[in-house]
Amino acid sequence: MPEPFDPRYDMTEAIAPAGGGGGGGGGGGPVDPAASGPQALKGGSILNGGPPRGPWRLPLPWRKEPGRRLGGPAAPTGRGLWTDAWHDLRRNPIFIVSALIILFLVVIAIWPQLIASGNPYHGDLAKAQDGPAPGHPFGYDLQGRDVYTRTVYGARASITVGICATLGAALLGSALGGLAGYFGGWWDALLSRIADVFFGIPILLGGLVFLSVVTSGSVWPVVGFIVLLGWPQISRIARGSVVTVKEHDYVQAARVLGASSGRTLLRHIAPNAVAPVIVVATIALGTYISLEATLSFLGVGLKPPTVSWGIDISSAAAQIRNAPHMLLWPAGALSITVLAFIMLGDAVRDALDPKLR
Amino acid sequence: MRRGVPYSLRARHSVPAVVLIITTATTVTACGGGDGGSDAGVIRSSWGDPPNPLEPANTNDVQGGKVLDMIFRGLKRYDPRTGEAKDALAERIDSSDQRNYTITLKKGRRFANGEKVTAASFVNAWNYGARIDHKQRNAYFFEYIEGYDKVHPASGGAPTAKTLSGLRVRDDRTFTVRLTQKFSTWPKTLGYNAYAPLPRAFFANHAGWLRKPIGNGPYQVRSYAKGSVMKLRAWDGYVGPDKARNKGVDLRVYTDSNTAYTDLQAGNLDLVDDVPAQQLKFVHSDLGNRYINQPAGIIQTLTFPMYDRTWSGPAKAKVRRGISMAINRAQITERIFQGTRTPATDWTSPVLRRQGGYEPGLCGDACRYDPVRARKLIKAGGGLPGGRMTITYNADTGSHKDWVDAVCNSVNTVLRNDRACVGKPVGTFADYRNKMAGKKMTGPFRAGWQMDYPLIQNFLQPLYYTGASSNDGHFSDTGFDRLVNQANAASADGRAIAGFRDAEKILAEQMPAIPLWYQNGSAGYSRRLSEVALNQFSVPVYAQIRVG
Amino acid sequence: MGRYTLRRLLQMIPVFIGSTFLIFFMVYALGDPVAALFGDKAPDPATAARIRKDLYLDEPLWRQYAHYMGQIFSGHFGTAFNGQPVTELMASAFPVTLRLTLVAVAFEMALGITLGVLSGLRRGRGLDTSVLLLTLVVVSVPTFVSGTVLQYLFGVRWGWASPSVSPEAPLTELLLPGVVLGLVSLAYTSRLTRTSIVENARADYVRTAVAKGLPRHRIVTRHLLRNSLIPVVTFIGTDIGALMGGAIVTERIFNIHGVGYQLYQGILRQNSPTVVGFVTILVIVFLLANLLVDLLYAVLDPRIRYA
Repeated sequence: MPEPFDPRYDMTEAIAPAGGGGGGGGGGGPVDPAASGPQALKGGSILNGGPPRGPWRLPLPWRKEPGRRLGGPAAPTGRGLWTDAWHDLRRNPIFIVSALIILFLVVIAIWPQLIASGNPYHGDLAKAQDGPAPGHPFGYDLQGRDVYTRTVYGARASITVGICATLGAALLGSALGGLAGYFGGWWDALLSRIADVFFGIPILLGGLVFLSVVTSGSVWPVVGFIVLLGWPQISRIARGSVVTVKEHDYVQAARVLGASSGRTLLRHIAPNAVAPVIVVATIALGTYISLEATLSFLGVGLKPPTVSWGIDISSAAAQIRNAPHMLLWPAGALSITVLAFIMLGDAVRDALDPKLR
Repeated sequence: MRRGVPYSLRARHSVPAVVLIITTATTVTACGGGDGGSDAGVIRSSWGDPPNPLEPANTNDVQGGKVLDMIFRGLKRYDPRTGEAKDALAERIDSSDQRNYTITLKKGRRFANGEKVTAASFVNAWNYGARIDHKQRNAYFFEYIEGYDKVHPASGGAPTAKTLSGLRVRDDRTFTVRLTQKFSTWPKTLGYNAYAPLPRAFFANHAGWLRKPIGNGPYQVRSYAKGSVMKLRAWDGYVGPDKARNKGVDLRVYTDSNTAYTDLQAGNLDLVDDVPAQQLKFVHSDLGNRYINQPAGIIQTLTFPMYDRTWSGPAKAKVRRGISMAINRAQITERIFQGTRTPATDWTSPVLRRQGGYEPGLCGDACRYDPVRARKLIKAGGGLPGGRMTITYNADTGSHKDWVDAVCNSVNTVLRNDRACVGKPVGTFADYRNKMAGKKMTGPFRAGWQMDYPLIQNFLQPLYYTGASSNDGHFSDTGFDRLVNQANAASADGRAIAGFRDAEKILAEQMPAIPLWYQNGSAGYSRRLSEVALNQFSVPVYAQIRVG
Repeated sequence: MGRYTLRRLLQMIPVFIGSTFLIFFMVYALGDPVAALFGDKAPDPATAARIRKDLYLDEPLWRQYAHYMGQIFSGHFGTAFNGQPVTELMASAFPVTLRLTLVAVAFEMALGITLGVLSGLRRGRGLDTSVLLLTLVVVSVPTFVSGTVLQYLFGVRWGWASPSVSPEAPLTELLLPGVVLGLVSLAYTSRLTRTSIVENARADYVRTAVAKGLPRHRIVTRHLLRNSLIPVVTFIGTDIGALMGGAIVTERIFNIHGVGYQLYQGILRQNSPTVVGFVTILVIVFLLANLLVDLLYAVLDPRIRYA
């Protein structure tokens, strides 16, 4: 997740180097009264701690703005936040573990024969749904195929669909949602209403219309379709997050100080608004892998004889009473993948959260 | 880096309100539901929502047919046990030339609303069903009656006559039928729903009739909530040998047969007439001997697109034959279908019985699994076109994927190539039908045939006669057509059946469709019921079930 | 805020027209529905032609759409292929699905927020790990499996609930299906809440509240939770629509004849009046849900204001 983000933001930072770490550093003071007014009126003074906020903040300006801290001799001010996050990540054991798992999964996806010597397509119906046997530790599926081999070979399609669809939906969704939330007004109306219409398209209908015309056996049409259906949700989440964050004092301050929209969005809003997007995206990764199976089950997903966890999980689901072992292994593999990405997401989020420093 | 939250904030106790929510949520969940309520003497049975309005000539599916079989009695009725077409309302059906028929009705039969069943009840119903303006799905059943082309022009335009000229009412109990050609087994087709009589109420208040159909069978409709439940009650006024032995039937719509099965296990349902394949492994421990698995008039085939040059022609007949021999039917029916299918060895069905034309083994070696010869034959025929084949099926109904994968696996094992045969799902049944109609199939495709009536003619003519309505592979053979024509014109039953059998042998030579297996009907029932049986259409014979 | 709401409501008009046309076009693109009406038999061409004519299927797309919209404005939503008016289907399906969705949303909110708060406050502890595990299980075990297993346990083994829902679908019977339906969303809400809580637990106003010596549960519920709810509320807003239209599996398992089922049938049978009618209502539900969520932002965080 973080790797693709980095270059992008670095690049934009380089384009807009002005402003130094000034950001919202001292922001609490000047903007606060405007914001705390309605708070105090609305829920009584204790509710959000409106009045005390100012004084509380002033002594601790660095809490909200990491750029200031890093703006010292070590790092150039412009890229502080992201370099710093990377610095944090490398030392986080959770990040290391999750990265290793993901690396392993990617290697398996590319070279499944490294750990599985069998043939994922060949089935011996006489052994259908049999349990574990020597050389076949996970047992056999309904067609008498080796569950272990299929679980290993299924990684390729599932990991590709999961990662690419999640990345696509997250990038597209947060870009559009971020713009809608930040600019508001017509932008918001247009982008949000488009998202609403996309929300309305039933998966089955969309799949039948868009995917049944596809004849190629590759995963990309499926990935594209999932992105198409998945972005509106992430865009809503990103929009909601941006709408909240942009009212924060340090953002207001940055604006008052004349920071450009792009700079404000990327440097001040994005790091603080990204957490919910990461949470939703990491869980969505798992649901997208399952969604691929739904599409395949409907006859419009991956073309047979492609092996994927999703396809095996959905065919095992029907047989849950007869052969639970058919479900256990592909579902387990899916769990581990989702776990790795949730851990990764958590680590990235922590690294980006200035408050945790 | 520090993680966690300030000490003072760490939760030592759960927030009480939240605990309350969780506990109420779980306890309320626990006391939901009910027993599903059953009236004494009434059978609670599973049902599927019929896709078309419930008019007799408009119902072409099993679920709609189930109801019609309960609320209607036609001229003939197929004996639930033997499948023999026996007179129901017909006293006799006479003909001297297999073309002009005189039909006499039994005395004293009435509809549930008291109206007498007369010759006009039949003639009006048939005229209604045939006329194109009414868009009845089964209109083609009347195509053998003279004048059909006038009330149902092939162009789809306005009809030039309102009634079939071949139908004449003689008196209250007699009418005559003139067919367009000789058709010796025609009287035996009259047990089909489309030929049911209709009361005047059907025509006078059509919308009202559709809301609550009125018929002349052993049951009458008490209430009908479309899409959820139909309550049928035994009709006391019914005169006939098959009076209901129970007080009634509640047909409940289930969208998934697994749910119906679970409801049966939980005691919320009495009768399930489709036990899903994935439950079969445990069906005996779940239901004991309250499980029925018997042949039904359904055959599954792999049909070849005979319009596609890569699959037709004499050389490819070897390939088709070889593919048939590469399919391990016995293993697939056992492992995938748990014995609810029987390997097919002809193109008909065991429910016809030998005297009706069923001949096991007619297919010969071609339907026997023989990997070595299969490989040789396919090679001799030039191999699979392009080295590969797909089996097309529709993904939205039934779970065809499992057996298609198994068939492909079997073929691939024989050919020692993992990718020689793959399944090719099509999203919707409509799309699937359109591909067939548009001759767009590029390889064998699944075809299932459920008989309309238990006659060998029904398994052959509609499927393989040139230009016939369900000849989806567009097979055409003059020899086959000639034999079918001869059989239809034969004056005696035995000769007709022998003629159809001869025609069937042409299928065995040319293999335009590979017979896969005969499908069984399956049912499970609760302890409340006894004397449960299925007819040849895999529909429960409700009237004879006893409750309690 | 009043003007903002009005503006949002007015936006429904273009969305309504756009989405009806889009869906109408998509169903049209699926192809000819008539052949499937005849089951496994090839349709009689004359009858099929007549049915097509009656359904305006022989007209070009734009005329079909114009005819359909004309019908809608005279209050007629067309009929399904079994002869039932679509309005009748909607009247029977939407109330049931609405109840089901309410149960699911109540479940995912109550339990999801509770679990999220607790695991956020005790990060890295047992409960937090359990919530993580629950998330993994819920994401990787298909609804079909969790649904049928719970159905079997509650309905058959323990006999606590009816395995299927009766046509009237009272709320009590919808509790189990609602829980099954809400399981995946539970993973989202609990993890979203957890993350927000972790982020906000270090916010200044919380420190202030702590410093002021406010009681702990008051800090959590009034200060911390309220400010942490925005992502959760956003998610639930997007989820309501998805739950209403996409409960196909849950509805099947528990035999609920709701929106998901009708929509599924409508799509498979390629019946445009059914599909367009149902999707249009769903889009309106999304719009209203999102409007509600946007208005809630201002309640949860007074810094957000709408012109």
